[in-house]
Amino acid sequence: MSATTSTRTYADYSAPLWRRWLLTRETAVIALTAAVVLYSLANVPNFDGPLTLKFLLQDIAPILLIALPMTLIIITGEIDLSVASIMGLSSVLLGVLHDAGFSVPTAALLALLAGLACGALNGFLIAYVGLPSLAVTIGTLALFRGIAVGLLGTTAITDFTERWADLATDTIGETRIPLVMIPFAVLAVAFTVLLHFSTFGRGVYEIGLNDEAARFTGVDVARTKLVLFLLSGVVSALAGIYFTLRYGSARGDNATGYELQVIAAVLLGGVSIFGGRGRLHGVLAGVVLIGVISSALRLESVTVNVTNIIVGLLLVASVILPSVLGWAGSRLPRKAPSKDPATAGV
Amino acid sequence: MSTPTDTTDAQVSTGEALLVEPSRLSPGRRALTTVLRSRELSIFLVLVAVVVLATTKNNGFLFSSDGWRNFLLNPSILLLLAVGQAVVIITRNVDLSVGSTMALTAYLTGRLFVDQPNLPIVVVVLACLALGAALGLVNGLLVAYGKVPALVITLGTLYIYRGIMLTWAGSDRINAGDLPRDFLALGTKTVLTIPVLTLIAVVVLAAVGYYLHTARGGRELYAIGSDPDAAVLYGLPVRRRLLAAFVLSGALAGLAGVLYTARYGTVSSSVGSGIELQAVAAAVIGGIAIFGGSGTVWGAAIGAFLLITINRALPSLGIEDFWQRAVVGVLILGAIVLDRVLSRRQARKLAESRDHA
Repeated sequence: MSATTSTRTYADYSAPLWRRWLLTRETAVIALTAAVVLYSLANVPNFDGPLTLKFLLQDIAPILLIALPMTLIIITGEIDLSVASIMGLSSVLLGVLHDAGFSVPTAALLALLAGLACGALNGFLIAYVGLPSLAVTIGTLALFRGIAVGLLGTTAITDFTERWADLATDTIGETRIPLVMIPFAVLAVAFTVLLHFSTFGRGVYEIGLNDEAARFTGVDVARTKLVLFLLSGVVSALAGIYFTLRYGSARGDNATGYELQVIAAVLLGGVSIFGGRGRLHGVLAGVVLIGVISSALRLESVTVNVTNIIVGLLLVASVILPSVLGWAGSRLPRKAPSKDPATAGV
Repeated sequence: MSTPTDTTDAQVSTGEALLVEPSRLSPGRRALTTVLRSRELSIFLVLVAVVVLATTKNNGFLFSSDGWRNFLLNPSILLLLAVGQAVVIITRNVDLSVGSTMALTAYLTGRLFVDQPNLPIVVVVLACLALGAALGLVNGLLVAYGKVPALVITLGTLYIYRGIMLTWAGSDRINAGDLPRDFLALGTKTVLTIPVLTLIAVVVLAAVGYYLHTARGGRELYAIGSDPDAAVLYGLPVRRRLLAAFVLSGALAGLAGVLYTARYGTVSSSVGSGIELQAVAAAVIGGIAIFGGSGTVWGAAIGAFLLITINRALPSLGIEDFWQRAVVGVLILGAIVLDRVLSRRQARKLAESRDHA
């Protein structure tokens, strides 16, 4: 709320380079992740076992995938709550089409197109009709999930061609890295280039900081938002297809509740819910952090409930800490007065 | 709406007068136009249409003791959550933790009865209200003093509260057999064919609705939601009001937890999961703008009734109830598009009447 009263900037360029690189939210999340990994390797039995890494990566793969477009969407100040419903819908379509005699690749392609259509509906209503994304995607969350459940009821389709089901659980050669990490890596590079090294990406930040100003500097705000929701739709559908093949089961209620997990990971990774701030490597570290914590706690046979408490506390702490530190900082006596003539007199 | 009124200046239409200077109309006329032009009316008509359609297909939908009771009883729990959610959304915030809060108090209800079988029901209700209010207070403190959006905070507490409930409950499960008969009877008891649980929900609705409509504190919630920065500059007690809104939302979720246990008799780990989005949906369908400052709890209550009634009506209409969520989705999208169209029209009319003045 109060963020609208203070001027928000993309980065503080008056700070020296090492501070800009090291003293950031992203560095903090990466350091915390590394610390948790090292601690788990030393103390958690079987954490260095052959299957831990494989299952860990397989578990977080859908979240990793969807976190990519979600990061860009939240940086523009919007949100997409319908991603898990699109996962469910693409899962059901894959199952129903495969059942009707389509091969898995054809069915998957059609499911991806459906994801694109879902994204188009979201994008149209948000970017061109100008409706708030929170409300629109609560609506489409119910709509897409409703279509998925309506098409398949409470039944499940499980008879996928083995070759394709195996592909979802295979690893790369002799390593413990699942095959799904290859498309993920490609997408991660593509999204990094898009967000951090392209004019489109500059526009994304500008919209998040001030969409009025972005419009004046020539950013096509509506088109940018439409593209982002289209990407979110397609990537969510891809995650849904992976999810279906991995568990070998197409169900209407697949991946229910994933939207909150994705958003929690993105926010944990340092993206501001107000928009305009955040970087992809922080988000990926955030997803990995949650994955490592759940995996380590599971090996310690701590229940998933404790994991949820820890994820929740991390999320709250990560947003509260900066303002607590800011408050504490403002209570400290000021050091030397600023030498900048522009602000010294104020 | 363009007929000139006799009592006022002939050039001013009822619609314009209501917009610019309501006091120029007679109270009766003002009340009538308020109702006719309200957002709640359209959603109420949809509800009536659904009920009428379902009843013509299946007479028992409304005109049987079971049908009538379910019509009133089923929405009561969501109604409480929607009222709390509405108050929070009016301040331009949101409370995603209500489902988890409800689960915690539902389990507390069962736990208290199992451990202290002779505890009076009132004490249990008060304990759950207190727990809910305390959880709401945590949300409120974090939102009001942390200067972070409620969406993030309550997403965090959604995980935390649910985790606490599940850790506390373990593999435990409360069954109807563990609960006193008096308490379970509360879930089915009726007064003049109206279930007691519905009466409780309606009393809460009336109290909150009256407060929001008339009391200074209630009006200030709208002011905060319309423009938070202006509210701060104007010197409104923004933090106190936000705290109160979240405490109310938590307390109502706590009450909903008790009612849930009374109604269904069992408490499992999945109580209330996903209901937070239903509560937000009820508020949005009922005409509460997601960015604060407008809407009424009456609308949210009708929204809650509509969501639940549609679920029950679809089989009567010959549609598999699997499609319920899709229908709800279309309703939500329809409601926000309608909201957009109406607010644009009102803005245009305001501009026109200003130009004439």
